[in-house]
Amino acid sequence: MSFFSFAWNWLQSSSQWHGAGGIPIRVLQHLGYTGLSLLVAALIALPAGVLIGHFGRGGFLVVNLANAWRAIPTLGLLILMVSLLGFSVLAWLIPLVVLAIPPILVNAYEGVAAVDRDLKDAARGMGMTDWQVLRKVEIPVALPLIMLGLRTGAIFVVATATIAAEIGLGGLGRYIIDGLATNNYGEVAGGAALVVVLALLIQFAFVGLRRLVVPTPLRAMARADN
Amino acid sequence: MNWPQFWQYTAANALLGIVPAVAGLAISIPVGIACVRWRWLYGPVLSATSIIYAIPSLALFVVLIAYTGLSNLTVIIPLTLFSLCVLVPNVVDGLRSVPEPVRQAATAMGFGTIRRLVQVELPLAVPIVIAGLRVAVVSSISLASVSGLIGVASLGYFFIDGLQRNFNEEIYAAIVAVIVLALACDLILVLARWLLTPWSRKPGGRATANAEGAQLLQEQSA
Repeated sequence: MSFFSFAWNWLQSSSQWHGAGGIPIRVLQHLGYTGLSLLVAALIALPAGVLIGHFGRGGFLVVNLANAWRAIPTLGLLILMVSLLGFSVLAWLIPLVVLAIPPILVNAYEGVAAVDRDLKDAARGMGMTDWQVLRKVEIPVALPLIMLGLRTGAIFVVATATIAAEIGLGGLGRYIIDGLATNNYGEVAGGAALVVVLALLIQFAFVGLRRLVVPTPLRAMARADN
Repeated sequence: MNWPQFWQYTAANALLGIVPAVAGLAISIPVGIACVRWRWLYGPVLSATSIIYAIPSLALFVVLIAYTGLSNLTVIIPLTLFSLCVLVPNVVDGLRSVPEPVRQAATAMGFGTIRRLVQVELPLAVPIVIAGLRVAVVSSISLASVSGLIGVASLGYFFIDGLQRNFNEEIYAAIVAVIVLALACDLILVLARWLLTPWSRKPGGRATANAEGAQLLQEQSA
């Protein structure tokens, strides 16, 4: 039997869809971990990236630091946090936030830093203050990249939140870890399939969100670029 | 602490991280060249790689156990696929960053399409390609440790073992080893870029892309 038939058989059994350990509850838990981690990471990384891009200092440091930052193994950090902090919210929140910071930071920085000088000069010439240039010109122009960073961060987190089950948390990783422990391959395959579907739905949600927040002329520009 | 085992698993982790980045590069270069040559190809390729990227590493490992068992391939194949998401766009961007005047100058000097690609366009794309390769190798060394969960030998084993035996030093040591390993590879790539792009380290700071291309052509014809 292939992976897909295993997954399909498991998903079809109606007992998976009810109760505290049922699929709907697990999906909601998974989205909860993802949403909170992404929110905290964005609150840290977006202002930092935008400001560094705006002032144009420390860019070299950001790119290299962010790359070194990616080296931190999320699973190891998660397990370390549990052994240091016990089973608190911070134990899973810190590793997932750490994971989501580099793509959000680097894209926000590069988006703002890459805004055309002439465009900023024109904005200043029209009488905009520094703050207005940032808010009305640089950030809107950088939005396609900022959204790309958030999307990448979200995909990282939704895919990696599965390992939170290793420390006894819920979410869709529960099925993968429990299935591995009990040699129930159907459960593992079903859980994996659900995470993939969820990640794809998040990708589509971000495509929609991008349509909503990125100004129309910039969307046309980004298309011409590709 | 079992040090012989620790070093053995560190080496295993290095292999599980480096092989996918190199394999990913070997796939990305022809794919990237094709995407530059036939523009319509790039959109679908980009969508495909980003969909693959959305699959959790653990899930992909588990899927592959059914086909490749608990071998290194079970870890190397998913990490190779992930690396494509970073590497293909960088190869394409790198090739597109070659200025048109440089391309025309090469043609005027009698370079054919293939020779121009190999001797002019690919070398000029090196900085951008290596920037992607740095992200790819660091990520895959870090991600390779997740394979500890399915029982493939890697530094991730010590995370799980440390948790089960309540042995924090083991977890610290493994985290530090992953980071050091990744940073060492990162450093080697920075060095490789320096060695591969002699025209970009002339005194007087950064040259323009056109000047770099002219420098390269001069060296090639000498």
